Amino acid sequence: MPMITFVRPDGERIAFDAGGAETVMHAAVGRQVAGILGECGGSMTCATCHVFVEPEWLDRLPPISAAEDELLDATATERRDNSRLSCQIPVSEALDGLVLELPEAQI
Amino acid sequence: MSELAKIAAGSRADVLILGAGQAGLQAALSLREEAFGGSILIVGDEPTLPYQRPPLSKGYLQGTISAESLVLRPRSLLDELRVEVLCDARATTIDRVRQELALSDGRRVGYGHLVLATGSRARLWSGPGAALDGVMYLRSMADAAALARRIGQARSAVVVGAGFIGLEFASVAAKAGLAVSVIEAADRPMARSVTPTMSELFRQWHAEAGIAMHFGARLAAIEDDAGKVTGGRLDDGRLLPADLVLMGIGGVANDDLAAQAGLAVDNGIVVDELLQTQDLAISAIGDCASHPSSFSGARIRVESVQNAIDQGRSVAARLAGRSQPYRAVPWFWSDQGSHKLQMAGLVAQTDRLVEIGSREERRLSLLAFRDGLFVGAESVNRPADNMLVRRILAKPRPLGFGEAEAAGFDLKALAAAVPA
Repeated sequence: MPMITFVRPDGERIAFDAGGAETVMHAAVGRQVAGILGECGGSMTCATCHVFVEPEWLDRLPPISAAEDELLDATATERRDNSRLSCQIPVSEALDGLVLELPEAQI
Repeated sequence: MSELAKIAAGSRADVLILGAGQAGLQAALSLREEAFGGSILIVGDEPTLPYQRPPLSKGYLQGTISAESLVLRPRSLLDELRVEVLCDARATTIDRVRQELALSDGRRVGYGHLVLATGSRARLWSGPGAALDGVMYLRSMADAAALARRIGQARSAVVVGAGFIGLEFASVAAKAGLAVSVIEAADRPMARSVTPTMSELFRQWHAEAGIAMHFGARLAAIEDDAGKVTGGRLDDGRLLPADLVLMGIGGVANDDLAAQAGLAVDNGIVVDELLQTQDLAISAIGDCASHPSSFSGARIRVESVQNAIDQGRSVAARLAGRSQPYRAVPWFWSDQGSHKLQMAGLVAQTDRLVEIGSREERRLSLLAFRDGLFVGAESVNRPADNMLVRRILAKPRPLGFGEAEAAGFDLKALAAAVPA
């Protein structure tokens, strides 16, 4: 039951159980979370599933690959130190309590 | 009573979407995002909920992506959004006077508005041996599942057509250890879609990967031994041995139903820039729609995820009262071996190419200009460039060559620049 919370730019919080989804992007898209597009379906092609990770969680996520790092340089909302592509965060029990901030824009 | 039960009981759907692919699903999802409150029914002829097709010739074929993860939205979400999906259902006629769709099981479903998202099908090859065991196509999940099993048993494959599907399949098959030959009538790979420069790079890279490429070549016949494929015979007489033949000779719009209903078709269902057919109660989107393109200046039909998603969004916005011409920036990707090829804009008629990056590292982009204006780019293993190019092309004012040159072709800076 990994509960994940998305925080919209206006402060609204969307929390749900992401269990069963392959990645955080898939979980968000499966709940129609506005602000996560995932246009390429997770094939590291589009950077439309950009999120800001609450800093305390950063070290608990898998490391950023070179390709993800490059794509993060091209996000619609400028990347920050805590930027990730949510398609590169696999869902597991260990993510229970994860909080992610949504950027202003994805395209 | 569920929405579907009501619809099946002889009522109607306010918006009936024919075709349960990426475009049809997107239209339904976007309608709900637009706060459309009417009933929505998607009718599809496959057994599964709408799924993504690009991985069928990539990860799914290799076994790295499961069938479940191809499904675009779970049933629970569709239920919550009141989007009904009728699977395994085939439409037989559109009755435009009564605004009804007839299904092959005899049911009739009325519509307030009909969205045709019928997609495209593989173009069939009809020469000698076309029906032999081992002649395959790649369009649906069922096709891909059958192909994946075949790859496991085959030792050699002939691929007919050096387009995206053919080359993606060839890359997967070669990686799986098959001896692969590709037959292409044109003089270069992906000739209709990429620049000659990019074609040449991919020709080299595929040759280095051990794929035998035959350009300017035509398949005369598929040879067999007791009904099983043994190879492809070229029209110059050469025999390319194979126990598997993959036909990748293009797609054909599923526009037959529209044509039977008296709607104009011209390599796809003819729509205007609002994606309307000449019947105002019927729209067409995605692979099946022939639409005027502000990028190419001509009527085009595009088979891509981008086109499906953006046209789905566009038709939903119009039905919700926010009508605007379809002007989305086209983009596309194709994974071939370790090469991620991406395109944005339309580069076919370029008169000036600027190359950035490194061929040695196989990370480069070709920036295409025409009449002094930036029209698009092709990238290999530079995904960020593709996103930046999309953003540059979406700006209201086109980017001039001089301006791009002055910025040292720094895409990030050009994408960030505020349009004057």
